[in-house]
Order: sequence, then C-alpha cells, then structure tokens
Amino acid sequence: MNNNRRKFLKIASLSAFALSSGIASMGLSASEAEAKLAPGFYDHGPKTLHAKRWAMVIDTREFHSAEDYEPLIRACHNAHNVPDIPGAKNIKWFWLDSYEHAFPDDMNPYMSEKIKAQPFPLLCNHCTNPPCVRVCPTQATYKMADGIVAMDYHRCIGCRFCMAGCPYGARSFNFFDPRKYLPEPTNPRFPTRMIGVVEKCTFCAERLAVGQLPACVEASNGKILFGDLEDPNSTVRKALAANYSIRRKPNLGTQPGVYYLI
Amino acid sequence: MLYNKKAVYLGIVILVVLLTAPFWAGLFGQNYTKTGVTKPNEEACIENVEFMRAQHMRLLNEWRDEALRNENRTYIAKDGKKWEISLQNTCMRCHKNYDDFCAKCHLSNSVSPYCWTCHIIPVEGK
Amino acid sequence: MLEKLLTGSKSYYIWLLFLICVIIGCLVAYSVQITTGLGVTGMNRDVSWGLYISQFTYFVGVAASAVMLVLPAYFHHYVKFKRMIIFGEFMAVAAVVMCALFIVVDLGQPQRMANVILHPTPNSVMFYDMIVLIGYLCLNIIIGWVTLEAERLEVAPPKWIKPLIYLSIIWAFSIHTVTAFLYAGIPGRHYWLTAIMAARFLSSAFCSGPAILLLLLFIVRRLTGFDPGKEAIKTLATIIVYAMCINVFFYCLELFTSFYSNVPGHMEPIHFLFMGHGGELAWVSYFMWAAVIMAFASLAILIPPQTRTGKFLPLALIMLVLASWIDKGLGLLIGGFTPNMYETITPYMPTCIEITVALGVYAIGAFVLSLLWKIALGVKRDVNNFCD
Repeated sequence: MNNNRRKFLKIASLSAFALSSGIASMGLSASEAEAKLAPGFYDHGPKTLHAKRWAMVIDTREFHSAEDYEPLIRACHNAHNVPDIPGAKNIKWFWLDSYEHAFPDDMNPYMSEKIKAQPFPLLCNHCTNPPCVRVCPTQATYKMADGIVAMDYHRCIGCRFCMAGCPYGARSFNFFDPRKYLPEPTNPRFPTRMIGVVEKCTFCAERLAVGQLPACVEASNGKILFGDLEDPNSTVRKALAANYSIRRKPNLGTQPGVYYLI
Repeated sequence: MLYNKKAVYLGIVILVVLLTAPFWAGLFGQNYTKTGVTKPNEEACIENVEFMRAQHMRLLNEWRDEALRNENRTYIAKDGKKWEISLQNTCMRCHKNYDDFCAKCHLSNSVSPYCWTCHIIPVEGK
Repeated sequence: MLEKLLTGSKSYYIWLLFLICVIIGCLVAYSVQITTGLGVTGMNRDVSWGLYISQFTYFVGVAASAVMLVLPAYFHHYVKFKRMIIFGEFMAVAAVVMCALFIVVDLGQPQRMANVILHPTPNSVMFYDMIVLIGYLCLNIIIGWVTLEAERLEVAPPKWIKPLIYLSIIWAFSIHTVTAFLYAGIPGRHYWLTAIMAARFLSSAFCSGPAILLLLLFIVRRLTGFDPGKEAIKTLATIIVYAMCINVFFYCLELFTSFYSNVPGHMEPIHFLFMGHGGELAWVSYFMWAAVIMAFASLAILIPPQTRTGKFLPLALIMLVLASWIDKGLGLLIGGFTPNMYETITPYMPTCIEITVALGVYAIGAFVLSLLWKIALGVKRDVNNFCD
C-alpha cells in the first residue's frame, strides 16, 4: 500500500515535470540548447557525424614511402590553411617521422629494414587523458564530449604550457604571423591563425559537423580508418580486433586515440 | 584662508572645462548622424537590426563558444530559420563588403576588433 | 615614508637614471618581439620555453628565500636578523615583480593575460602559481611596509601583523613548491618528472636567495655604511652553506636514480647537459661544468668556519649564485626540452633580443629594489639602527 502510493507519487511528479518542461521547450528536440543572449536556439547540424569517442586507425602497412603520405599532408594543411615555415619554428598538424622517433620506447637495432626506412604519420593523438588540457590555464584547449581535444584560438594566451605538457610534440606555436607564410589562404572557408597562439590538429571537428570525415582520412582512400571507439561494430574497432596495433608512448597513461597497424 | 586664490580658481575652471569637453564638443561640434555603412542587399539579418547592431559582438562570442565547445554549429533564429554558425561563411556571405560595412562602423565607433587576423575576408569584399 | 625617495645623493639619482635608460633601451627590444612575434627568440617548436621561463623560475626562488630571514627571526626569535629582515622582504617584492614580468614577456598574446582570471582553471598549476605569487607579493608589501613604519615611529609593530608574518613563512614554501609543480607534473619530460623537484627548488632557493641578499648588502655597506651585523652575516652564511649542501646532495640523488636505474629517458637529459650530443659538447655543457666547479669551490670556502666569514665570503657567494643560476636558470629548461619528444636534439640558444628583454626585466627589478631599499635605509638611518 505504502509502496504503491510512493510509486504513484513518483510517476505523477515525473509526468508533471515532463509536462511542464515540455510546454517550456515547445517541441524542441532533445539536443537543442537555449541561447543565453541570442533570442534563438543552438543545435547540431542535420548532417553532423556523432560518436562517443572518435578514434583513428592508421594502416601503416598500406603506406610505403613519404610520397604515399604526401596527399594526406597536403589535404590536411590545405584544408586548415597551415603555413609552411622553414626551420624549427614550423607549424605541423600532420607530419612524418621515422619509427625510431615516433615510438622511441619501442626501438631495437635489429628491426626490419622496412620499418626502419619507412616514415610514420604523426598528428595530435586526441588523448583520453590529455596533459595539454590539464595544464592549460585558460581552458583554451579542452576535451569535447566526443573525445576530440579541441582548441579555441581566441582564448589562447600563448603561454605554451601545453607544448611542454604534450608528450607527442603535436602542438605548434605561431612564432610569426602565419599569413606571411601563406600568401593565399588555401581554404577560404576556414580561418587562419594569428601570431602568438598555439595550434594543432582538431580531428577535423568542422568537417565532422557537416558530415564529412577528416581531410586526411578522406585523402587516404581507406588506409586510415576513423570511427567510434565505443561502438563495437565500428570500422576502427573491427580493425583493432583483427590486427596488431600500437600507440605512441602508451606508458604515460594519456590513452592516445590514434592507433597504428604495424 | 586660501593661498594662491587666483591660481586655484583658474585651475578649477580649467579642470571643469577639460572634464566636460566631450559634452561641449558634442553640443557645438559636427552633428554625428550616420556611420555611412552600406547595408547588404539581402532582406533580413539572422535577428532584427536593433539586436544585431547592439549585440553582434556578444552574439559572435556566444556563437564561438557554442560551436567550438558544445559542437552546436547551427543557430535556429527566432523566426525558425536555421543558420550555420560561422562568421566567415555565414555573416560574411551577405556582409561581404568589409570596407563599407564592418570597417566604417568600427571606425566611427573607434573600436578595432582583430577578427580578421584569423578570419578571412571574402575576396570580393576587399 | 615615500619622502625618503626624494632625498638622495647624486650617485643615487645617477643610478636610477641609468636604470631608466637601460629599461627604455630594452623596451625597444621588447617592442620588436611584440611586433615580429616570439620568432625573434631562440625558442622553437621543440624547446618551447627558454630564458624567460627559467628566469621566472629562478626569481620565484629568490622571492621565497626571504623566509630564511623571517623564519629564524619570528619562529626562533633570532633578534640579530631583525635589522636586515626588511631587505629580504623588499627583495622578495622586487623578485616577484620580476617573475610576473618574465611571464608577461614570455606570452604570445600578452593582451589576453586576464583570461587566466576570467576563465579560472583549477586543474592548471599555472592558476595556483598566479594566486600564490600575487598573494606573496601582497603579503611582503604589507608586512614590509607596516614593520618599517613601526620601526620609523619606534613602536612595536601592530599585533595583527604577526599572523600575516607566520602566513608569509608558510606561503614562501608554497610559491616555490607550486612553481616546481609546473614542471614536476608533466608526463614525458623526464628531467622534470621527479618527486624531488620541489625539494630541489627550495634548497637551491634557500642558498642562492640569501647569497644574493648578502652580496647586495655588501655593496650597500660599501656605499652607505649600513651594516647588517657581523653575527647576522655569520648565521646567514651558515644557513646558506647548509642549503647549498642539501642542494648539491639532492642533485646527486637525481644522478643516482637516473644512472643506476639505467633508464634511457632519465639519463639522456643529464647526459646531454654535461656531455653534449654525438661526442660534441653543447654550449650549455661548458656552463654545467662551470657550475659544478663553482658549486664545489663555493662549498670548499663556505664549509670551514674559519673561511666562511673571511674575505673570501663574497667570492664564494658569487660562485654559489652563478652555480645555482646555471643549474636552474639554464640547465633546468634546456635539460627538460632536450632531448625532445622524439628523443632527438633540437638546439636552443637565447638570441640577443631575448637576452636584452631579460636584461630589461632585471633592470626593472633593480629599479624596484633600489627604491624600496632606499626607503628602508632612510628609515634605518633615522632611528639609528644602521650599524653596530
């Protein structure tokens, strides 16, 4: 009797709450968010790709030389107006390095010549526990709900703590005005960056929002997979289940979201 | 007993005149009427003109935070119309004449936002 | 008390004028950096912090070291320190001002600095560093000013200042601990990822800070006749030698763990600092070896009680300051970033502009210190607490 009454009250209050909030929202979809200042509402785009945790699997067996990666680098850097600055003050979103440098803990001198000679693609790992986010004093870099470690260049003060924090060297600082090294923006629909801020790969969050896969994935003709790590049926999970994969510096506990099939 | 009476009074008068200078300049100076901006041909902005004129910078800030942090890249205006959240690709599609729209108003209000150190002004707007 | 600034000898004004000229000259270098970007420095993608942040770190230590005077005086009622305590506190003020400026000149977008306060981020150590430094600055200004004012009026300092003084003692430890946490919590930077970092920072601060203070007071003694007191100098020299021994000991602990464990990541930065790379010494290696020699030489002079307060004391202190500066002001940052994240070497060397900007910050620190000490000296002279 007592139990029944409690149940009834529970259902009644819940439905009252649902009713009142339903009236308040006037048929808004669940994801829509009311604006604080603007009179309208915010929502994901209709074509936005969603995931619980975006991840990338790079099948390095399918790439043989730097030329094989060239279109990917160009696709990435062109899509994001990444300048090419000569020297050690360069900006890198997607770049190549040797196995020895990419996986320094994993080197033995008797590795196959192929592995030793082959370049490996490097980019931001979009870690589950990103040290860059931990150290940023302004939340200019942050982790989004879908696992992407993103940056707000408007807020960055250029302290470069994130560069000290990142164990993968994935962050670049604009030591110069990037536009000086970018005579014509390669993608007029995407902004450039300005002097004095840090930048890095964004897993193409702006492309995912309009239903496109990241630029490098698109340019790779299926040699790089991109998908939801928490979905057991996703292409990335299937590839990881079927192949031997490694990640960069796994012992640091950052849980990188970029996997390499070797 | 006041020492240096003349100097003190003169000083007070100069101070008052200086402090109220903007009002005098407003009263007797050139009448400020219009910024001289050229509005784009399109019928309506995403929200009404009064709101946009007064709040567009705050709106852009809110847009930025929603788009970058919450991945809400669509704005549903009061009239139900949907807009992609993008200064460069949405705002500047209509407001493509940077010099006659943005620059003129910013100049007459003596503000110098640095949006365009990153955001690219459409080619036809220059 | 500010009126003390307005009466001074000709050389006092010439000194201030000289500093102002230096500051203006260095501002030109800073304006070049602001307009062209941090590209004018020697920093790069792999060595993303350099001279500025290392100087910041060093001067946090100098600021914290005031506690080596305050603690014995207030916890142990060691009255001999009372005469020169104000100089330690005012040096801490100047040092914190320099720290703040070194951070500002290091920023890529300094006009957005307020974002640290507008978007407070409790998971960032930088946030706490800002809080403890601002707090320490305020504490030292308030305590220094109030106690000096009381001395001028020849009354006991107000009672409410006592809790603040006790707080400042604990606070001093916190500023350098938090600064060490900036480094010691970063995964993947082997040279920094060590639990003993904060302890090393404190020990090096507690020898180098008082050493700088003593050296500056020796200059002041020469110029004005102010005498900190023979006993006080002796005690402070003893504190310095203990702290330096602990500092050297702690560094040796790092060497043991790195080389006995034989973990490459832990050995490589130290190997690079002292032995360079590929059989060739790096420029920093010469400094590191010089630091080793000077550290032990200073200890050789300071440890025997006969020579500790003798005529070689200033020489020993200069060597000690240089050694600790090389360790913390050069080696710490270069060792942290070399080898880089790919276990390769990206060289870093500060550029002329970078050094000029740093000198400008030094000059501003010297300016602030000169003014504050001028006030303190004026008050001490007025109340006859100037020499024995």
